Amino acid sequence: MYLKRTNPGLFYLQRTLFYLLVIVITLYLLLPFGWAVLTSFRRATDLFLPPLQFAFAPTTLDNYTQVFANASFRRGLFFSTIVAIGAVAVSLLFGSFAAYALGRFRFRGKQFIMYIILAVSVFPQIAVLGGLFTLITRFNLFDNPIGLMVSYLIFTIPFTVWVLTSFVRDIPGELEEAALVDGASPLQTLFKVLFPVMMPALVTTGLLAFINAWNEYLFALTFMSTNRTVPVVIANYSGASQFDQPWGPIMAASIVVTIPLITLVLIFQRNIVSGLTAGAVKG
Amino acid sequence: MTANAPTQPPAAPPTPLGRKKVRGIEGARAWQAFWLLLPTLIAIILVAGFPLYRTIFFSAQEANLTSPGQATFIGLQNFWFTTAEGIGLGFLQDPQWWTAVRNTLIFTVFSVALETVFGMIIALVVNSAFAGRSFLRTAMLVPWAIPTVVSAQMWAYMYNDSFGLIGQGVLGGQALLADSSTAIWAMIAVDVWKTTSFMALLILAGLQSLPGDMYEAADMDGASKWTQFWRMTLPLLRPALLVALVFRSLDALRVFDIMYVMLGANVAASTSMTGYARQQLIDNQLLGVGSAVSVAIFIIIMAIVVIYVTAFRVKFD
Repeated sequence: MYLKRTNPGLFYLQRTLFYLLVIVITLYLLLPFGWAVLTSFRRATDLFLPPLQFAFAPTTLDNYTQVFANASFRRGLFFSTIVAIGAVAVSLLFGSFAAYALGRFRFRGKQFIMYIILAVSVFPQIAVLGGLFTLITRFNLFDNPIGLMVSYLIFTIPFTVWVLTSFVRDIPGELEEAALVDGASPLQTLFKVLFPVMMPALVTTGLLAFINAWNEYLFALTFMSTNRTVPVVIANYSGASQFDQPWGPIMAASIVVTIPLITLVLIFQRNIVSGLTAGAVKG
Repeated sequence: MTANAPTQPPAAPPTPLGRKKVRGIEGARAWQAFWLLLPTLIAIILVAGFPLYRTIFFSAQEANLTSPGQATFIGLQNFWFTTAEGIGLGFLQDPQWWTAVRNTLIFTVFSVALETVFGMIIALVVNSAFAGRSFLRTAMLVPWAIPTVVSAQMWAYMYNDSFGLIGQGVLGGQALLADSSTAIWAMIAVDVWKTTSFMALLILAGLQSLPGDMYEAADMDGASKWTQFWRMTLPLLRPALLVALVFRSLDALRVFDIMYVMLGANVAASTSMTGYARQQLIDNQLLGVGSAVSVAIFIIIMAIVVIYVTAFRVKFD
């Protein structure tokens, strides 16, 4: 603490090393993404340039125009959006009912239900892949966004229930007791009293569930064939020939699907950190 | 539906979840809780319970994905079966499965260990006061927010041997992904980059809940920062760290996206357990064998959960 006066040499050495570490960490975290952004603005012919020349090569928007002209990418954006929003909406509705019951009511078997929900949240997706596939084909939902959306409930519902329950527990009981005394039904209490208080929690949980649904790959790859979502489109993005990977457009497409997520995450930064740590859930 | 549930004590039916008949307000509340939980329970049975049952069912059948109706019971032959000619047909006799298991375990152990160390370093740095702290805190969220498939493609590009920043720039044209001995480490590097920030976030939240006056007292007593870290910070972080470890290990054991996108379906089948199961199930259309593999993965993962939870007495509350 008094190092600055007693031994300024050591103090400044320590500070320098510390800031060096900060710079290394920042580069490590941001450089791969930064490089992808840079590549998305470069012409295909410039990809072979050495890094320094590449960084200062002329900028172009060609990759972005090419990506948006690609019909399967546009369709992918559309399907990703409806599937993710649908899964999140259903999970938030069901999840808030369940969280209200688990966080506020006393009944037998509650512990058991909590364990079931936790167990489902650590389920390997592969364990249900075959079973779900036969179920989805049975109901003619193969290649149908509704089938994919329903399958996503396997990870969005346990997640929302778990996080919302921990939020509901922290809401002071007086609010709800007042509503009960006034003769409100549980649903009225939930919608009129608890929802306004839970709003930040709902936004956070919804956002995290949305990110998970937007990024999901295994189910999307297996349950859809032509109506692909963006992760699958990006993974399969191919150029004119099989051996020629169009890195520029791939990076542009990657940036397009990532920017909305990063923007949302930066806006709701504080909520996200609290949502992730509430009940320590998977990302 | 819940609006119709009785709220007045006299009209309350017995609780559906208890064996003892509880009347009055308690019983009514239990009914209401039941109705509130019903949609979630139905959804979980529909997308988790029933499909899991089907997977277990098919693991003992010889069945094809295109005609699951025509399945014949063959017991454990999907797991282990030797024909009269001495050819092993069960997946446990397939060396590729064991390669996939070994690679998945290497991947899990090293990526989780590295993520924890890096996450700890980043969390400790962000937790100390310096100019640019809030910027770094924000930068931490970037790799976490990037879709896995996108980060796989980003890194595949960087690993490219003719123009990648790492493959060409650093290694001078070495094809990391083409060689299976280097590919697994390339995969670990991608996963560590993507999830270190998640670890750092959880550890940071734990660090910020530690009482500051404790450190002041330790400073007074002349404990070095090093001692403080090992004797105070680490033991107090243990609960948060363990929960993070459990969830990260489970995620790593399920790895699929990175391998499938960066190495292709065939190599992924000998690099990730999930990749192997999916190839049997979907590409080869072997519903029986694929389900048997899925059951094996399910058992492995649940066993690890139980070991973690009992060995470390992890509390999730």
